[in-house]
Amino acid sequence: MRNPQLNANGELTHLLSTDGLPRAVINHILDTASSFLEVSDREVKKVPLLRGKSVFNVFFENSTRTRTTFEIAAKRLSADVINLDVTRSSTAKGETLLDTVDNLVAMHADMFVVRHAASGAPHLIADHLRRLGRNDVHVVNAGDGRHAHPTQGLLDMYTIRHYKKDFANLAVAIVGDILHSRVARSDIHALIALGAAEVRAVGPQTLLPAAIEKMGVRVCHDLGEGIRDCDVVIMLRLQNERMNGALLPSAREYFRCYGLTPMALALAKPDAIVMHPGPMNRGVEIDSDVADGPQAVILPQVTFGIAVRMAVMGILAGN
Amino acid sequence: MPPIDLPDAEEQCAALAALIRPCLRPDTVLVGIHSGGVWVARRLRDLLDLANEIGLIDVSFYRDDYGERGLHARVKPSSIPFDVEGRPLILVDDVLYTGRTTRAAINELFDYGRPASIQLAVLADRGRRQLPICADFCPWRVELDPLHELILSADDDGRLQWSVAEHA
Repeated sequence: MRNPQLNANGELTHLLSTDGLPRAVINHILDTASSFLEVSDREVKKVPLLRGKSVFNVFFENSTRTRTTFEIAAKRLSADVINLDVTRSSTAKGETLLDTVDNLVAMHADMFVVRHAASGAPHLIADHLRRLGRNDVHVVNAGDGRHAHPTQGLLDMYTIRHYKKDFANLAVAIVGDILHSRVARSDIHALIALGAAEVRAVGPQTLLPAAIEKMGVRVCHDLGEGIRDCDVVIMLRLQNERMNGALLPSAREYFRCYGLTPMALALAKPDAIVMHPGPMNRGVEIDSDVADGPQAVILPQVTFGIAVRMAVMGILAGN
Repeated sequence: MPPIDLPDAEEQCAALAALIRPCLRPDTVLVGIHSGGVWVARRLRDLLDLANEIGLIDVSFYRDDYGERGLHARVKPSSIPFDVEGRPLILVDDVLYTGRTTRAAINELFDYGRPASIQLAVLADRGRRQLPICADFCPWRVELDPLHELILSADDDGRLQWSVAEHA
């Protein structure tokens, strides 16, 4: 089957998932991002690459942070950015997803940045555009359901590469609610594509998807075992709505078993880095002493995220 | 056989340095355009005994053919390790041809600040300009038809040399 993210020449035309992204494409994005990183330090924090292009942020699900970082990235590329809070307008009035897309294409959109609660929505839009013959309009998935959040996955790879240089000997632990996490899935696919030596999925049975081993990860239910001697710890946010249901007894109980404290982190390699996609719940999945400690690279992740999103948009709009 | 005689690029660097020397000011800095221009700028810095670090720029984000070519080639980070504001700059490239790369480089430099002046130094000027741009310092003017590409490369010992390739 043809990879829906690549055009006939094998070039990236939509970014829907890190699943199925060739290593060369990932590396091209990361290399390009490192050139964009410097742009944000200039007197004029802008390059003219997407001048005259219109980027539509179409968010069917709330997200201030991700939408803002995409908006900053598009503006630093000189694109015109239009933010649509579709949940409150068109969708509320009964318009279908594809009708919304058709309307925006009629407004000469060049790129859609899409977040949707339903897994596969960005894929559906990309497929629709292909059927319309609009290969010049690109889709970036900014998070769909539990499926994928590829730009977060890529910025995590950028961060790891920045601090650890090479993936070949790395042990990476992903800790927390992997079941509901699109970030975890995007990270796992990208880490495996880049040849990380070992990826561990760490969490209670109730928060790990069934058969996750098939993705090529090692499952650990014990935090100590999961982060022992690892080079990178990626903590996931525990969503509040999960805490009082059947999946977990309480936030305090979760922190006792899976919260990343300085004592737990001491089991990892001394130079291990700690990442978190944000927003953090201090005292739930991560202790403040770790979050603010010398091994945390959580704020650099945010800075790298802008450069990675600039790279993704810059590459897509040129293909 | 190349369609033209190819001079020694290292000797040309010395000739270019001699052209630039009388016009240098104490605060002049060189800015090389990736990748050939960076090699030449490094040579010039040594030959001219300049204390200032050189700047490096990659004009990929400023090119006017992005719409046709996209972002494919590996982009190198630009690095301007000095304050551009009020500085006399000499932009250095290996070959001056259509002038489009120079245009992109000037635009990029202005995003770092407002320089006092920008001059252009190149090893080779092959004519056929498409923009009103000319070199201030150039030791070699050469006629070459558009089917050919003039390429500066560094050999294993870092010695600069010219070659000519036919466009595919």
